[in-house]
Amino acid sequence: MTPLSRPVAWPRRLAHASLIGVAVLFLTLFLLLPLATVFYEALRQGVKAYFHAVTQDEAWQSVKLSLLVAVIAVPLNVVFGVAASWAMARFQFRGKALIGAFIDLPFAVSPVISGLLFVLLFGAHGWFGPWLDRHNIDIIFAVPGLVLATMFITLPFVARELIPLMQAQGTEEEEAARVLGATGWQMFFRVTLPNIRWGLLYGVLLCNARAMGEFGAVSVVSGHILGLTTTMPLEVEVLYNEYEYVGAFAVASLLAMLALLTLGIKTVLEWRYGDQIASHGAARH
Amino acid sequence: MTLKLSHLIRRFAGTAGLDDVSLDIAPGEFLALLGPSGSGKTTLLRILAGLDYPDGGSVMQGDRDLLKINARQRSVGLVFQHYALFRHMTVADNVAFGLRVRPARSRPSRTQIAERVEALLKRVHLEGYGKRYPAQLSGGQRQRVALARALAVEPELLLLDEPFGALDAQVRVSLRRWLRHLHEELGLTTVFVTHDQEEALELADRVAVMNNGRIEQVDTPEMIYQQPATPFVCEFIGKVNRLTVERRGGQLVSGSATLCDDPWDGRYERALAYVRPEQLALSAHGQGDSWEARLRHIYPAGSVTHLELQWEEPDQVLEMDIASEQIARLSLRQDMTLRVRPKVCTLFPLDVDGHVQASDRVMLRWDV
Repeated sequence: MTPLSRPVAWPRRLAHASLIGVAVLFLTLFLLLPLATVFYEALRQGVKAYFHAVTQDEAWQSVKLSLLVAVIAVPLNVVFGVAASWAMARFQFRGKALIGAFIDLPFAVSPVISGLLFVLLFGAHGWFGPWLDRHNIDIIFAVPGLVLATMFITLPFVARELIPLMQAQGTEEEEAARVLGATGWQMFFRVTLPNIRWGLLYGVLLCNARAMGEFGAVSVVSGHILGLTTTMPLEVEVLYNEYEYVGAFAVASLLAMLALLTLGIKTVLEWRYGDQIASHGAARH
Repeated sequence: MTLKLSHLIRRFAGTAGLDDVSLDIAPGEFLALLGPSGSGKTTLLRILAGLDYPDGGSVMQGDRDLLKINARQRSVGLVFQHYALFRHMTVADNVAFGLRVRPARSRPSRTQIAERVEALLKRVHLEGYGKRYPAQLSGGQRQRVALARALAVEPELLLLDEPFGALDAQVRVSLRRWLRHLHEELGLTTVFVTHDQEEALELADRVAVMNNGRIEQVDTPEMIYQQPATPFVCEFIGKVNRLTVERRGGQLVSGSATLCDDPWDGRYERALAYVRPEQLALSAHGQGDSWEARLRHIYPAGSVTHLELQWEEPDQVLEMDIASEQIARLSLRQDMTLRVRPKVCTLFPLDVDGHVQASDRVMLRWDV
C-alpha cells in the first residue's frame, strides 16, 4: 500500500506549481484584470463623478430598457424552451434532427447577421416594411425590434439546457402520473416541472445574462436613438465613442454588477440546494 | 367481469409488437405474461394500462370498450419496472398522488387522504417511512412504495412490469411470496410481466407464454411445464433435451436409438422430440428400448446432480438430472457407459417443409 501523503518529488512539485501558476495567470489576465479595469476607470474621477454618470437620464433609460427587453424576452424564451424540449424529448417525428439544428442556429450565426435579418424583414425597405409603415407599426429602430433580436439570440439557452435533461429522465414518471389519473396540466406542474426546475433555472439565468448583455444583433436594429433605443451595452458604446470615458465605464460597471449578481444567485442556489441538484442529476435509481 | 382481449395487433418498425393476440383474463386471476425480451409482453401490458394503443383488435370488459377509455380514467394500477417514483416527492406524497389529482368533487379530504396513505404504508410494511424520499430507500422498499401508490387509487386491475427484475435474488424471493399473499388478500385481478420462468410458474394462477408478438400457450403452471404446446414453450421453460427423430419402418428413431412407435400412422417423416433432464431414467441392461451413452461429466448441485451424457450415434449431448444419493448407490463414475430411457417425451411432427405441426403434438409416457 502507498501511504496517503507520500513525499512528493521535486520535479513533480515544480510541475504542480507551474500548472497552477499558469492557470492563475490566465484567470488574472483575461478575467480579473478586465473586470477590475471597468471599476477602476468608472471610479477614476471619484465617486461623485461616478454617481453623476449613472444618474444621467440617458444612462437610467438604458438600464430600464435593458431590463424591459429581458423581462419580455426571458419569459417568452422559457415558454418556447420548455415546449421545444418537451417535443424533442418526448416524441419521435419527422424532421426532429432539423428542428434540433434550427434551435442551435442563433448560436452558429453571427449576431450581426441576426440583426440584419430583422432589418431585411421589417426595415423600411424590408419585406414587410411598407405594410408596417401603412399601419404605423414601428419595429426596426424601436423597442419591438430590440425584443425580437434579443429573443432570436437567446432562443437556444433554455431548450439546450432542458433537452438532454428531459431525455435522460425519460417518460416513466409522467406515464405513472397519467395512469394515476392526473390530467395533462397536473402531470406537467406536479411531475415534469419539479423534475426540470434546476435545469430550467440555469437556462433562465444564462438567457437573462445574454439578454441584458447582447450587443451585436441589438446594435443593428437599434438605430442608437439615445434615451429611446439604447440598451446598456449600446449606451456604453455611444458614450465611449463620445469620449465620455467615465460615463461609459460607469454603465459598463452596472452591467458587470448585473452579471456578478447572476453569478451570485447561481452560486447561492448551488450551495443551498446542492444535494437536490446532485440527486436530480444522478437521475433514475 | 372478464377482460377480453381479441386479435390485438400492434406494429412497430423492426420489432414484432403484437401479432393477433387474444386472451381472456378472469376476475381475481393472477396472470403472468412470460417471454423473452422483445416478445411483446410489455407492449401488451402498456395497452392494458392505456399507455399504448393497438393498431387492431379490441379490449372489452363486459360491454365497456377499454380502448375508448384513456389511461387516467381506466382505474388501473401500474407498477413500472424501475418503479418510476416521483423523485422530488416524499414517500407519503407519492402514495397520495393518485388521490390528490382527483377532481374536487371526488377527492377525499386531507385527513382521509392522510389516513389512507398511513394504512397503505402499513400494508406494504413501510410504516414510518412516509417522510423519506425515494432516493433514501432500498430497491425492495421502492418497489413496495410503487405498489402502495398503485393501490391507493383502488384499481380494478393491477399491472406489474417485471416487478422483481431490479432486485437482488434474496429480496426477490421473499417479495414474491409476499406479493402472492397480498394478491390473495385483496382479490385484485393482477397481470404481471416477467422473463423469469421460475417467477411465473411459482406465482401465477395462469401463465401466458409469449414469443415474437404471439401467445404460444396460456395455461396453468403445471400444464405449461408438463404439457408444453409448442417447441418454443418446451425450450423456454426449464431445461430440455431436443432430439431430431425420423420415421424408419413403423418407428421413430434418432440415429441408432429407437424412441417409440410412429404415433401418426406414417403421415410425417420427421419430428422433434423433447425430453427434460429429470424425465430421463437409468435403466438396467437389456431392458426394452434403452439408449447407451457415455457419462461425460458429473455436476453435483445439492439435492440434485446433473449428468452430462455423450451419445455416440447421433453425436449429441444429453442432460440428465438424478437424485444425488443415487450417485453413490449406483457408484457412478466419469466415462462409464450408462443405459438411459425417457419416462416422458413431447413430440412435434415436422411437415415436408420442416415446419412444426404443433396441433399434432403427442405426449408419450412410459412406466419405468
